[in-house]
Amino acid sequence: MSREAPAVAPPSFAGPSRDGSRVPFELFTRADVFAREQEAIFRGPVWNYVALEAELPEPCDFKTSFVGDTPIIVSRAEDGSLHAFVNRCAHRGATVQRQACGNARQHRCVYHQWAYNARGELVGVPYRRGVPGMGGYAADFDPKAHGLARLRVASHKGVIFASFGPDTAPLEDYLDEPLVAAIDRLFSRPVKVLGHMRQRVRGNWKLYSENTRDPYHAALLHGFHATFGLYRTNQKRKGGSDRARAHSTGVTFGDDWRQASQSANIGQDKFVTNYSLADPTLLEGRPDFNDGVTVSITSIFPCLVIQQIMNTLATRHIRPKAADEFELYWTYFGYQDDDEQMTACRLKQANLVGPAGLISMEDSEAIELIQRAIVRDGHEDSFLEFGGLPADLDQDRQGEATIRAFWRYYAGLMGLA
Amino acid sequence: MTGMANQAYDAIRALEYRYARLLDEDRLEEWPKLFVERGVYKVIPRENLDRQPALAIFFCDSQAMMVDRVKSLREANVYNFHYSRHVVSNIEILSARDGIFEVAACYTVYQTDLEGQTRLFSVGQYRDVITNGAGELRFREKIAVCDTFNIPNLLAIPL
Repeated sequence: MSREAPAVAPPSFAGPSRDGSRVPFELFTRADVFAREQEAIFRGPVWNYVALEAELPEPCDFKTSFVGDTPIIVSRAEDGSLHAFVNRCAHRGATVQRQACGNARQHRCVYHQWAYNARGELVGVPYRRGVPGMGGYAADFDPKAHGLARLRVASHKGVIFASFGPDTAPLEDYLDEPLVAAIDRLFSRPVKVLGHMRQRVRGNWKLYSENTRDPYHAALLHGFHATFGLYRTNQKRKGGSDRARAHSTGVTFGDDWRQASQSANIGQDKFVTNYSLADPTLLEGRPDFNDGVTVSITSIFPCLVIQQIMNTLATRHIRPKAADEFELYWTYFGYQDDDEQMTACRLKQANLVGPAGLISMEDSEAIELIQRAIVRDGHEDSFLEFGGLPADLDQDRQGEATIRAFWRYYAGLMGLA
Repeated sequence: MTGMANQAYDAIRALEYRYARLLDEDRLEEWPKLFVERGVYKVIPRENLDRQPALAIFFCDSQAMMVDRVKSLREANVYNFHYSRHVVSNIEILSARDGIFEVAACYTVYQTDLEGQTRLFSVGQYRDVITNGAGELRFREKIAVCDTFNIPNLLAIPL
């Protein structure tokens, strides 16, 4: 990392409108916007989700991850403490840890064998004092000054976040009460990771942030439930956010999905058919919680979504790669006290979500459809007025309000407000 | 190989080729019929293999569940318009006992969009259990292990 932050030039691009209801398309396409986001957002005063503690339970366990597009190592030291550091050798910049995950007392760069401990501190430099015919380093060479660049780390209920920002608010303040409660609920018991899913989407990462804050599209884009006549007699929604409205969390209460008779009105007539599932075991499960919530979607700025959809539990890590590409990295989990039947049920319900998800595959397609169409006319806008715009933006709670709040927060961090 | 083994190999290869061709000809409704009634079809990302049971991104443990998946693809799901091309190769019988064959094969799936541009969509291995039922070979189990476990956009049509 550079010793001094470079002076940030004023942006040459326009931001969203003040109320967040108009977003210039160029914010999804320009390389300079993407570069500024890396500095102002991902390396700014935010907490980035990086891993679950369940992925590195033992001392010296590690996992490679990303903060924005910066590769990092998340590591548990010998004493159990958590650390995160940039996965780039302090010598010549090579990738240090080449495995996705594992257990290592030292992370050793293959190029010149510089070695770092589980805290990212430089602990080994070959030929430091020199050997015949090859000079080493000067006497005042200080290994402490050549460790891997460290990030701050905070974990809440086993969900690990990292921050480059020296002044980022404490994690629980950053999340704020409703989001802390949402994490507490899903991580009330020790979890076990069941596996990962990944998809590469040719679209801008913010299109996915919008998607997971968008209640408007759900029944219109995703047709699975209505097609199979699946409905719930009792459905009630509740949402929450932090003070800054960077994040959002929403839950749906309801009984189990039921098969509608042909005459049932499920309120989505556009898709109603008389199909029924030939194998209804797909939807057989048992409630994980006794609060009646069957779906919860929590979006934490800038890069995390946590979901419960029936018995499917997952974190989704949005990993931006370029202005027009991101990876969506799903960590699918259950609870350590799940019996075999429960694990089997979670594995079967995994059909619902992920890159081949019966109720989720449409999202990445919708995003690619946008990215493909906005190559030109960068000053034209995305239109976000669903739900109406109250004069007092604090009262903006309807329709696409959560997306508008995302853009207002984004504009603030980017210096575009 | 003996004559009998040759015959078995030819029949297995024919089943694998037929599987690929039905998918490529968009005859999705015929796809479940290549499996026995309690047949299993899974797509497992290679990075999940070291966990047991391995998390699949596409999981059917009955022919009926495959029928539901096809119905969903036809009626409910929105996905990228494309033609698919499944290439099956390196077919090898790993074991044969009591009319049950364990078979490994390589698959490569290309996708071609509506502007005629082709990309490599997925490459990996089939791990199949093939059985002789009602006079013809069918899959008791077909596991597609994806080397390409970072799925480009989405996976709709079975691998």
